[in-house]
Amino acid sequence: MSNLAWIFVSTLLVNNFTLVMFLGLCSFFGVTAKIETAWRLGLANTFVLIITAVSAWILNTYILTRTPYLRTIAFIVVIASAVQIVEMAVKKYLPVLFRQLGIYLPLITTNCAILGLALFQTSRRYNFVEGLVFALGAGFGLTLALSLLASIRERMEVADVPVIARRMGLVLVAASCLSLAFMGFAGMGSQ
Amino acid sequence: MTTALALSPAAALDFVPGAPPPATLRADIWRGIAAENPVLVQMLGMCPTMAVTNVLANGIAMGVATTFVLVGSGLFVSLLRKYIAHEVRITSYILIIATFVTLADLLLAASFPEISKALGPFIPLIVANCLLLGRAEAFAAKVGPVRAVADGMGMGIGFTLSLAAMSAIRELLGRGSLLGFDILGPHWEPWVFMVLPAGGFFTLGLLLITAAWIDELRRRRRALEAK
Repeated sequence: MSNLAWIFVSTLLVNNFTLVMFLGLCSFFGVTAKIETAWRLGLANTFVLIITAVSAWILNTYILTRTPYLRTIAFIVVIASAVQIVEMAVKKYLPVLFRQLGIYLPLITTNCAILGLALFQTSRRYNFVEGLVFALGAGFGLTLALSLLASIRERMEVADVPVIARRMGLVLVAASCLSLAFMGFAGMGSQ
Repeated sequence: MTTALALSPAAALDFVPGAPPPATLRADIWRGIAAENPVLVQMLGMCPTMAVTNVLANGIAMGVATTFVLVGSGLFVSLLRKYIAHEVRITSYILIIATFVTLADLLLAASFPEISKALGPFIPLIVANCLLLGRAEAFAAKVGPVRAVADGMGMGIGFTLSLAAMSAIRELLGRGSLLGFDILGPHWEPWVFMVLPAGGFFTLGLLLITAAWIDELRRRRRALEAK
């Protein structure tokens, strides 16, 4: 497999951001009660991830070469502002898309998957194209994990479970099974 | 005593809309440890809770680092609460938090390089822990610095205790050891599942179900006594 395709598949399945790397768990548990919202949140995430990859690459290449200790602060501020600007632009020029993404767009800024992507991209020294593919894989991986858990939770709503497991407990055990299923892809990286 | 404090004119002048009710410092600290435990009750800060709790040392290090950031950012958010304009408050809080996270990151890398390497990007990721922004917005921005620090301490201790509990269970069952010392002996067959990512979800799920079970038992006993 070529390098780019490998980055995509690896982030999508083998090292899935949510189920294997534990990034973005707040939204994973917070907004997966309905499959519709989960799906939209996944798309909004993908969108922000791509903006993040571009911003992080620009920062890393041109600005942070001399001051690596400012990385965390610079990333979070630039990502937050970039998301804000894009949100305004989308609201003005693509109102339909804006209505679909809704409140999730600004909320995503403090999702750790976003900052995690920027940090991993830095530590793995991805170039511009590799970073974009990485962001795309991560975004689709998040969407996949969110929709899968949402589908399971919709089914669980009608299931007859003990009272004590009715809240988050059972959701976490279901997520554990889902994560275990994704471990099945783990062998793919070891050639 | 607390009611007298609330009714005194000085306290009334300092009233901020939506401020938490006055309480003793001890109550401020205890709230984070028990009634509003960040992990087991509020379900905040899930990412580090799962990601770094495969061994006890990492769990404790993450808990201590988060406590440091909670206390530091709480203090500064509270001190600056009258100068930060309402419109830019979230960005300002994030900047304060990010400064303390950078401090914690550099301190940890200087004093415990192995742990810092094991935790990797999860120390800088404390910035995105919703617990920090949550406490800054909901508590520290509305009270004086002493209470903000007490709340940060309480939340930090509660967070550290939950992380320590999770990582102790996972390390003991997954490796048969605690803090690297062999506990269960050479005949213990390690449950590899527990140190895998799936084990993190599973352990927290079991902890939550256990907590709900204890609650349910208490509720039933109270209902019996009421009859």
